[in-house]
Amino acid sequence: MEITVDARGLSCPQPVLLVAKEIEKGVFPIIVKVDGATACENIRRFALTRKLKVSITESGDESIITIQKE
Amino acid sequence: MQRSINDFFRSRRGIIAVGAIIGILGPTLQKLGNPPNMGICVACFERDITGALGLHRAATVQYLRPEIFGFVLGSLIAALLFREFKARGGSAPIIRFILGFFGMIGSLVFLGCPWRAWFRLAGGDINGLIGLIGLTTGILIGIVFLKKGYSLGRSNKTHAAAGYVFPLIMAALLLLAIFRPTFGPENSGPIFSSESGPGSKHAPLLISLAFGLLIGFLAQRTRFCTVGAVRDIVLLKDFHLGSGILSLGISAFLMNLIYGQFHPGFQGMPIAHSNVIWNLLGMILAGLAYCLAGGCPGRQLFLSGEGDTDAGIFVLGMITGAAFAHNFGLAGSPDSVVDGVLKIGGISSNGMIMVGIGLLVCVLIGLTMREKVQ
Repeated sequence: MEITVDARGLSCPQPVLLVAKEIEKGVFPIIVKVDGATACENIRRFALTRKLKVSITESGDESIITIQKE
Repeated sequence: MQRSINDFFRSRRGIIAVGAIIGILGPTLQKLGNPPNMGICVACFERDITGALGLHRAATVQYLRPEIFGFVLGSLIAALLFREFKARGGSAPIIRFILGFFGMIGSLVFLGCPWRAWFRLAGGDINGLIGLIGLTTGILIGIVFLKKGYSLGRSNKTHAAAGYVFPLIMAALLLLAIFRPTFGPENSGPIFSSESGPGSKHAPLLISLAFGLLIGFLAQRTRFCTVGAVRDIVLLKDFHLGSGILSLGISAFLMNLIYGQFHPGFQGMPIAHSNVIWNLLGMILAGLAYCLAGGCPGRQLFLSGEGDTDAGIFVLGMITGAAFAHNFGLAGSPDSVVDGVLKIGGISSNGMIMVGIGLLVCVLIGLTMREKVQ
């Protein structure tokens, strides 16, 4: 599984902006690595408003968000 | 249980409820003694703390505001309870310090942070609206930089102890506020407390602290942010945070009506000046600085409570900015009535120059701090 976006340690709103760019490219799945709950929630909310499917797996301090087309 | 609480806080209903609670508590604090049309102003209250410590000597704005300590400690409690406390830092700390510094200068030229702009408007001060227009303009400029790849770089995990430093500083200041020790000659200072002016107006300490703790807790859970609200609407068409801020504005307005605190007007409003240009420019500077730093002054306090040492540095920049604002005569002077005649306030030429320098510095930061666009 290759990470598309590494958004760890970035301030708001950069994690969402990076993901938005990937969504625009239209290549799925998009795999995002984040290390904060805020970024994780923001990305999830953003993807859901774009009618995309989101699944999140947490490992320790980090989360992997997988974004796919429905 | 914790999962359903989390679901509520991250829902639209959650952020609206928290906005409404802040909108109720602000005017209630005014009713209980806080300065009019201020409710809770992060910039003004940090400025009062700066004065209480003797770092500036403007006698009317000195008081150790328990709300601010409550914000950080409430956020710390929430972060620990929900396992979100994470010590981190190292994302261009000195730039964050500078952004905090100029954010404070801009806010004190206007006489309020984004929270107070809403509380002023909710109390009937039309200048609050001018401030919000300025704030939005500043954020829009920040968004241009964000779109071009502006970034202060990644923060890194650090020792847990580092994350506790800022909350501990707040706890120490809270102890000073409670026990009021004196170290100076003849039982004087160093903790100053205004005898007149805004600094002398405050709700009872324990109520201020309790409200601050509650807001800190709720805001940490919901990521409440007045700057993020505007930014997300423009940049992402996301109205989540925006609905919370609107909820704050509406509930504060209704509470002011109930308390008889709504007095519409433009000139001679409480602790405010009606110089449109400088209200606008002050808040453009503040909006730009806060946007480049990733969040409003309130949000920076909540972040510092959950272990973000860069946010703590930003707050220290704001406190330094407050000291400079008063020591160098940069802050706005409110409209006042002298011998029955209304005297329009505004800012000194020093203040005007500093706003210009601040805008220039922030634009340079926006232009030069870029990640390579992938």
